[in-house]
Amino acid sequence: MIRLRLVPRAQPSRAMLFVAPLLAIALTLLVGLLVFAWLGQNPLRAFRVFFVDPVSDMSGVSELFLKASPLCLIALGLAIGFRASIWNIGAEGQMYMGGIFATGLAIAFHDRGGAWLLPAMILAGAIGGMLWASITAALRAHFHANEILVSLMLTYVADYVVKYLVFGPWQDPQANNFPITVQFSDNALFPLLAQWGWEAFEGTRLNASVLITLAAIPLAWIFMERSFLGFQLLVSGLAPAAARYAGFAEKRMVWLALLVSGGAAGLAGVSEVAGPIGQLNDRWQPLYGFTAIIVAALGRLNAIGIALASLLMALLYLGGEAVQITLQLPKALSQVFQGLLLMFLLGCDVLVNYRIGRVPAAAL
Amino acid sequence: MKLWKSTIAAAALAAGLGIASAPGDAADPLKMAWVYVGPPGDGGWTYAHDQGRKAVEQKLGGKVQTSFVENVPEGADAERVIRDLAAKGNRAIFTTSFGYMEQTLKVAKTFPKVEFYHATGFKSAPNVTIYNSRMYEPAYLAGIIAGHVSKKGVLGFVASFPIPEVVRNIDAFTMGARSVNPKITTKVVWVSTWFDPSKERQAAETLIGQGADVLLQNTDSSAVLQTAQDKGVMAFGWDSDMTAYAPKAHLASCIEIWGGYYTKVAEAMLAGKPLKSTVWGGIKDGMNDLVSVNASVPDAAKKMVAAKKADIVAGKWAVFQGPIVGQDGKVIVPEGKSLSDQEIDSIKWYVEGVEGQLPK
Repeated sequence: MIRLRLVPRAQPSRAMLFVAPLLAIALTLLVGLLVFAWLGQNPLRAFRVFFVDPVSDMSGVSELFLKASPLCLIALGLAIGFRASIWNIGAEGQMYMGGIFATGLAIAFHDRGGAWLLPAMILAGAIGGMLWASITAALRAHFHANEILVSLMLTYVADYVVKYLVFGPWQDPQANNFPITVQFSDNALFPLLAQWGWEAFEGTRLNASVLITLAAIPLAWIFMERSFLGFQLLVSGLAPAAARYAGFAEKRMVWLALLVSGGAAGLAGVSEVAGPIGQLNDRWQPLYGFTAIIVAALGRLNAIGIALASLLMALLYLGGEAVQITLQLPKALSQVFQGLLLMFLLGCDVLVNYRIGRVPAAAL
Repeated sequence: MKLWKSTIAAAALAAGLGIASAPGDAADPLKMAWVYVGPPGDGGWTYAHDQGRKAVEQKLGGKVQTSFVENVPEGADAERVIRDLAAKGNRAIFTTSFGYMEQTLKVAKTFPKVEFYHATGFKSAPNVTIYNSRMYEPAYLAGIIAGHVSKKGVLGFVASFPIPEVVRNIDAFTMGARSVNPKITTKVVWVSTWFDPSKERQAAETLIGQGADVLLQNTDSSAVLQTAQDKGVMAFGWDSDMTAYAPKAHLASCIEIWGGYYTKVAEAMLAGKPLKSTVWGGIKDGMNDLVSVNASVPDAAKKMVAAKKADIVAGKWAVFQGPIVGQDGKVIVPEGKSLSDQEIDSIKWYVEGVEGQLPK
């Protein structure tokens, strides 16, 4: 019997590190064809319905951007922490807090707000996300608590805060006891791009919140690739001992990573409640904070990669809906594809870093 | 695996019919679509709606073509799904959960020629019609059975959210039981979800631990019923006939019947006169019922259920007619008066016999 083992490669190919995600995507699509065939569909037709039709017109492209935008924003923030090996798993909760802070303002100034209201909500949302992340930061930096557990648990706490508010003090009195707030007034909503006279987006619900994401991509790239602080984060992630020797303050890195990722998640929260939803309610659990972890991994913790990965992830959601609407195939195909993608990516990564070798006979 | 087969069958059917046909052509079937909050295989809420959809297909065959989208989250995604369905030529779209209310209204504005039907909401528009089922009627009948069967005089209710719809079902269940045994009490556990079998199970276990020996739930899965069977107490099915999930513990099922209504909507559309009035149907309208009563239920209970059902159908008696006494012992609805639909739709109080406080 031949026994196999994984042997670490001395020098993993740098090129393969970037080819791996593309390979994973290609493998996913290939298996996708088999899945469609197995479901009794013409694979090419189903493939077109899943991957092409959803973005074949402007309204589809707008929906793609709308779905990808919060994923991208959160993933950018997470990537900055992940590079420093600071694992913020609680972006979902930080996003809720962003939504809560923004909603607080939207309700307080429901009929009285001016043009300043939305910018104030954006700011409040970022602060909300940062405050929530700072609990994790403080516990990790000063008490060496595990940030993975703390941030994850705080997500559930944040969920209960949302529920408390919409069932209690922030409930719309006209809502028949349903757990929803009032619909935000126009001053508290992101304007649609179509309202700004961008005719290409006429009839779509793409709103100005995507501009935040568009601005965040180059900023994150510069921060991660070109700034000294970004370099410090990277070093403290790759070689903590070296970072300490060089005098990089570990506590500062923890705070920085969590504040940035919390702030980004908070902004994503604002873009949801003040965007397509237009209120806070108990059903708002888009799980973007968790999906963004996959996006960050798929995008190689690189700003451009993350932007592309978020578009792909969004397409997987849209495609699942499309095959159900058009072909009545199960919508769970979205998850099947997401799962395949992640599995192939992890598999490729293993093979980039290790090679398969035989266990020497002497060792048996 | 039934769901799987039917999904594939539906897909094959859809492919065979040719999806890409242009809407509005006289020879084309009327396209109708359903938006589901869960999977049709949930055995409860969504399953009942899907049965309704299938009933339309069966009754009207080639004249209509139905489709559905399952597991649609009640957030930003719902609007896109509803819009896509409208853009793809569906003439009637049923959004079957409360959380689709605002999204349905938004899409309806941009598709004035499409008729939208929203289940359980409270906001309508010229082309958005709301419909719901008076589930408190079968809940009352279930209460009668519970009153006969309970030995300890303690009932348990697994509740989702403290909205009027759920509160009045707790009230109706309790009033039904107390019409048999005036000393009976109901304990309530809130799970803050419509569909989460593990939470529903935990809640059921808590209630059984507190002495409840007959359970009812206003959640969508069969977990409460199955837990009851495991623990040797009795329970009811909700939304759909759940006999098969736990034949021993199953006393009866309070079911929603949407097929009749959906067929009516389809026929009216085919006739060119879409239904526009709010529908809030009960046993009389064939929109819900108490079915599959267990053989072990005493005859006295069966007779009493049959009598009350006949009174409801004949319009002689209503669940929310006086005298109704509140939790604090004060009369809420005096003898000879009954609540209007609007009042029933905003009930925020417990009747006498329900324990605990209503979450605010």
